[in-house]
Amino acid sequence: MALVIAFVYALHQDVWLWRSARPLVFGFLPVGLAYHAAYTIGISLLMIVLVRARWPTHLEDASERVGGYGGAKPPGQG
Amino acid sequence: MIPAAVVFAYLALVLGIGLFGGRSPGEKNAEGYFLAGRAIGPIVFLLSLFGTNMTAFSILGASGHAFSNGIVTYGLMASSSALIIPVGLFFIGTRLWALGKRHGFMTPVQMFRDRWECGHIGTAIFVVQAVLLVPYIVIAVMGGGTTLSSVSGGLVPYWLGGAVVSFVVMGYVFFGGMRGTAWVNTFQTILFLSFGTIAVTVIARGMGGFSSAMESLLAAPATAPLLTRERVSPLYFFSYTFIPLSSLAFPHIGIFCLTAKRLSHFKHTVILYPLCMLAIWLPSVFLGVAANAAHGLPSIQSKIEARAALAAEGPALAPDVSAVAQRAKAERRAELRAAASGDDVILKLVEGYAPVWLAAILGAAVMAAVMASDSQILALSTMFTTDVFAFYGGQARFGQAAQVNTGRAFVILLTVVAYAIALVSPQSIFDVASQYAFAGYSALSPLLVAALFWKGSTKWGALAVTLWTAAAVAGVAVLQSVVPAPPPGAVIPVWAVGGTTVIARIAAGTTVFGLLPVVPMTLISALLMFVVSSLTPASRPGAGTVARYSL
Repeated sequence: MALVIAFVYALHQDVWLWRSARPLVFGFLPVGLAYHAAYTIGISLLMIVLVRARWPTHLEDASERVGGYGGAKPPGQG
Repeated sequence: MIPAAVVFAYLALVLGIGLFGGRSPGEKNAEGYFLAGRAIGPIVFLLSLFGTNMTAFSILGASGHAFSNGIVTYGLMASSSALIIPVGLFFIGTRLWALGKRHGFMTPVQMFRDRWECGHIGTAIFVVQAVLLVPYIVIAVMGGGTTLSSVSGGLVPYWLGGAVVSFVVMGYVFFGGMRGTAWVNTFQTILFLSFGTIAVTVIARGMGGFSSAMESLLAAPATAPLLTRERVSPLYFFSYTFIPLSSLAFPHIGIFCLTAKRLSHFKHTVILYPLCMLAIWLPSVFLGVAANAAHGLPSIQSKIEARAALAAEGPALAPDVSAVAQRAKAERRAELRAAASGDDVILKLVEGYAPVWLAAILGAAVMAAVMASDSQILALSTMFTTDVFAFYGGQARFGQAAQVNTGRAFVILLTVVAYAIALVSPQSIFDVASQYAFAGYSALSPLLVAALFWKGSTKWGALAVTLWTAAAVAGVAVLQSVVPAPPPGAVIPVWAVGGTTVIARIAAGTTVFGLLPVVPMTLISALLMFVVSSLTPASRPGAGTVARYSL
């Protein structure tokens, strides 16, 4: 899954559309802008897969309250 | 005056929602006021979290940047954020939520202190976080001033507009706490998500369709590059993918992750977040670009003429050795930049093409976006009362009621300071946001990653990251005040080694090897965390502490 996310991250750098305005998608959207709009929708689909395949259910159990935190204490309080 | 009246009515409505939405008789303690009792539901969690991340920057800054720079704006900030933020919420936000609920944390610094068994290093992190958050709050005041001034046709001056917005935000944060703020954010997010569709439809009709507008932009050599990214280097574009890391490190986002009632509330948020980004940013960016074809609007034409004058006079306005000439040139440059600024261009389009009643409603929607400083103000208040007041004995001595009251007093103080800064700051909304707050928080993001995922991290690694971030942000700020920005397109080499420019000053800020400072700042932060932690293994927390974070 990490590789898939890295691949999608790399797709953000669409150098192949750098100097192109045409075709105008739907007659008015420059292709570079249309690509990134489609890319955004694709991310949402990726998130659906991520949630279904890797949802950290165990964190729900790990969230049961065990009281105040036990780390560093304020000055003068030990 | 009708748009201004509608906007003022909207402000009163928002104040009411914040005041009444914040009422919860059973939650008089600090967790109730600052975290809404960790009981926020799924819809409010999604809409409020998204609204918290959207500021004046998203509508006014984005459309203003697109007006001057073209479609590149969407790729720079929207599509990169649409990936990084949901992925961050999935891996980091869910863990923050679980740890916060399990151990009672109310702020990230509280967790850092526990994770690395430190005290004053946590205070250092708090100070850097607080200083970096103030510019973010200033953006909202600036946006409020700009919007109210614009929708009232100048009848409400910038200073008064900023004051009114500050007062309203301060009011509902003061009385409503997290619950009131979340309800206001939810209402505002619904409003400005609707804004895009309505604005695009109305403006398209007014301009005679977007196809002809785009064709006219492509036909002119001066505007055709706005529909491509040829004026921006791929390295510069790549740099911007580091900026959304700031969102994960922003305390108001970290704190908001603690408010969800259940873990499952994160599911809808990570899936729908990219679509919300699309709904708000695509219309903002597209309309900003399309404004260049609004030939019938004198207010926009004057901006285009100022931009052309800036480009034509650019070489003559380069820094001068004579102090007097330098000042005159700087003043001329600032004057042209202010006249060419596109921060209010979307409002000008709405005024020009929408009927008055619709322009008024759309003005209120824009106001919804620019008022997103509430969460930041509340977060700073939470941090101050938890990480300083309570940590240094205030809560133990005076009780939880005093902690809440201290938080409220801090809200007032912070609002006044942000307003004062907004009045004297000459920079555009976009510059202030991206150069200081975003870059600084991106550089702080290795703290969260190390705390949650690396057992070998130590408090000295955390301190190194914090000090480096503070020094780097200060260094960039000093450099940019000493070396004035050149005209657009020009580059001033600041430091070169062997014929290769290392640091350069450009119109949009500073570059390091052609990258924005945020890239080296973040990478060096990560490296410092690794190296310094590895050099201080004796300072690793006890096994019990480390085990608590092995989720």
